[in-house]
Amino acid sequence: MQNNKNKMKFLVPLISVFLGLLIGGIIMLISGYPPIEAYAALFEGIFGESYYRGETIRQMSPLILSGLAVAFAFRTGLFNIGVEGQLLVGWLAAVYVGIFVDAPAIIHIPLAVLAAGVAGALWGSVPGILKARFKVHEVITTIMMNYIALYSTNEIIRNFMLAPGERTENVKESASLASPFLQELTDNSTLHFGIIIAIVAAVIMWFLLWRTTLGYELRAVGFNQHASQYAGINVSKNIVLSMAISGAFAGIAGSMEGLGTYQYMTINAGFTGVGFDGIAVALLGANSAIGVILGAALFGGLKIGALNMQAMAGVPTELVGIVIALIIFFVACSYLVHWLMNRVNRGGKI
Amino acid sequence: MEYVIDMRNIRKEFPGIVANDNITLQVKKGEIHALLGENGAGKSTLMNVLFGLYEPEQGEIFVKGNKVVNNDPNIANSLGIGMVHQHFMLVDKFTVTENIILGKEPTKGGKVDLQTAAKEVQALSDQYGLRVDPYAKIEDISVGMQQRVEILKTLYRGADILIFDEPTAVLTPQEIVELIQIMKKLVNEGKSIILITHKLKEIMEVCDRCTVIRRGRGVGTVDVSDSNPDSLAAMMVGREVNFKVEKGDAAPKEAVLKIKDLVVHDSRKVPAVNGLNLTVHAGEIVGIAGVDGNGQSELLEAITGLHKVHEGSIHLRDKEITNKSPRSVTENGLSHIPQDRHKHGLVLDFSVGENMVLQTYYQKPYSKSGILNFKPIFDKAKKLIEEYDVRTPDAYTPARALSGGNQQKAIIAREVDRDPDFLIAAQPTRGLDVGAIEFIHSKLIEQRDNGKAVLLVSFELEEIINVSDRIAVMYEGKIVAIVNPKETTEQELGLLMAGGKRGAVHAE
Repeated sequence: MQNNKNKMKFLVPLISVFLGLLIGGIIMLISGYPPIEAYAALFEGIFGESYYRGETIRQMSPLILSGLAVAFAFRTGLFNIGVEGQLLVGWLAAVYVGIFVDAPAIIHIPLAVLAAGVAGALWGSVPGILKARFKVHEVITTIMMNYIALYSTNEIIRNFMLAPGERTENVKESASLASPFLQELTDNSTLHFGIIIAIVAAVIMWFLLWRTTLGYELRAVGFNQHASQYAGINVSKNIVLSMAISGAFAGIAGSMEGLGTYQYMTINAGFTGVGFDGIAVALLGANSAIGVILGAALFGGLKIGALNMQAMAGVPTELVGIVIALIIFFVACSYLVHWLMNRVNRGGKI
Repeated sequence: MEYVIDMRNIRKEFPGIVANDNITLQVKKGEIHALLGENGAGKSTLMNVLFGLYEPEQGEIFVKGNKVVNNDPNIANSLGIGMVHQHFMLVDKFTVTENIILGKEPTKGGKVDLQTAAKEVQALSDQYGLRVDPYAKIEDISVGMQQRVEILKTLYRGADILIFDEPTAVLTPQEIVELIQIMKKLVNEGKSIILITHKLKEIMEVCDRCTVIRRGRGVGTVDVSDSNPDSLAAMMVGREVNFKVEKGDAAPKEAVLKIKDLVVHDSRKVPAVNGLNLTVHAGEIVGIAGVDGNGQSELLEAITGLHKVHEGSIHLRDKEITNKSPRSVTENGLSHIPQDRHKHGLVLDFSVGENMVLQTYYQKPYSKSGILNFKPIFDKAKKLIEEYDVRTPDAYTPARALSGGNQQKAIIAREVDRDPDFLIAAQPTRGLDVGAIEFIHSKLIEQRDNGKAVLLVSFELEEIINVSDRIAVMYEGKIVAIVNPKETTEQELGLLMAGGKRGAVHAE
């Protein structure tokens, strides 16, 4: 039975992807676009050239981290919708350290990434404290903290770090994750070393949750606060810790943008969306470390491939947005997928 | 003779196990028919088959002579079968009437016609002697009355076959007497009843016939008048069961738990424990008898560090543990079999193995420098599973998948194995079958004989009298009497629990 369950865990996202593509294709047909050419272009745009592959991997790094942030909180019974805000403060902290600190790369990069993690952790721990102390639901507070983060970071850039073009200066080279080697390897894509950090973070999340006493406590509190309390586990401490660790992952996701892709931070008119995509990535990946990596690969791939779909087949990128939404939709109603599979199985029997 | 319910040779399989194997259950009109079996014997599965929730692989079902083929959960309702669940399905904030009519509301001009409904409820309650207040809110009424609301719900939907799922598990002794009268009255009014239970005393008292199942197989159906508790228990467990708790005299030694003038407030800031004094010695079992809600839960929570103490002191050996954290109390030598095994006792989504180290995971050898060490954890778990006969596929199975009795055995294994100075057992046998009860009682006595202090809290007077060496009667947050179990009766205890004075029974 356990085996069966594991198989389902794998099959549901797979079938959801297929259903999403299928219905996306139907929508294209109705709107007068050629679905087969479009999907061929999408596929080409993900795997076709080393440039695209580089871009996809680059896109994955922050998505893995924001997915880990959501998944980690979820494993411990919390719903962190504040990844977006934690990502923004992390981004700013990384860029700040990248601009104003002088150090050799071997120190500067870890320091900037660490600053991003700490900023995200602090930002995330605020809803954690509110929940542990006053039982305020974290969904409300994390959403509100997103707005506070967005406008505060903008204000800080405007007042203290402004460079021409509504943005900060570039970070120093010693803090940059950009890699001429990786860029050359991928035909001048913007691929940077962030992906290594993201994968290390995935391993850390897995290890922390499943191999340490801290992870044991966090999971116990997530499943059953009463039993945890009975067993002598400090529930409040663990709620705050969980939000802080989740926020740290989110903050480091911000450093991917600040130290890697952009090398600076802009004044954002709205949310980046990476934090919210993290919710979908975690859902696709069933909140497991390896699943998050795969989910992020799918997400990143679709986003990059969409550009080519527009260029080659003339299909608007919005349609890819619809396909992505459909895939998430089907994963979320995994019940529907289960039901369909049962129908198919039964049909085979009768 | 035609049966109102006739389930023939039912077989239901789940991947890996046969939950029902060739079970036949035939209920006559107007009888109270007991369905007896150990925890996990397959009673619930059989009832779910009857309700159309599961489709049997084999067998036929007839209700009132008509063959039932459709596996539609709603069919039970239309056939007049109603279920009184063990865990009530009521909306706390609704009134009695609103709960009863829920899903079948009479309407007038598009609005729910509460007045007519309340009258109907009143009429039904008069007819069957089910005393309820149609306008009271569920959260304000007693458990016994909530159960009567559940019964009325089925009657309101026109049920004439009622299934009671372990109805007495949540009731006080007085409420049980009332329920038995209600069941007799229902049968007199032409209803038929299936009583799912493992309390032999109740079967002897109220049932006409009894069908026994053991490990998924039908053992047989007997007339209750031709049987006795011993024969029924033997049928259920498959061996002779010892009802009399075998134990020698206690040899109490030094005091282990000392409680002085304890005051504990409940969530409404009212003193639930109000100046309580109690001492438990090494080598004795002290039983706390009392009607639910007289401060027992608050007392236990205060001792274990889960609830704040407002006044007074608690000492464990020579250490003061008043208002200490649960971890520090545990480390000082306390084990606690909690009253609610799902809420406090287990993390149901953790594996059995992970649950076995719930209080010790941070200690060696289960972890080192914050890194868990799975081999010792699961070695320990496997040893405990074997020693305490916890029936589970393996130590990696989630605790949720175990039957109630085996979950309880897992908790007891964990708590006893920590080798505490002081063991609290709160309702340790609640909802368990006789085989499991026998085992748990023997474990408690074994602890006592090993020189541990044991505090037993139970609403089962029989258990209190049989297992304890001293009985402390708790009433309105105080210990009002200490009695010797050898010199007392259930009647005397019942009276003391209701706030009566000692000796009143004999004076009558």
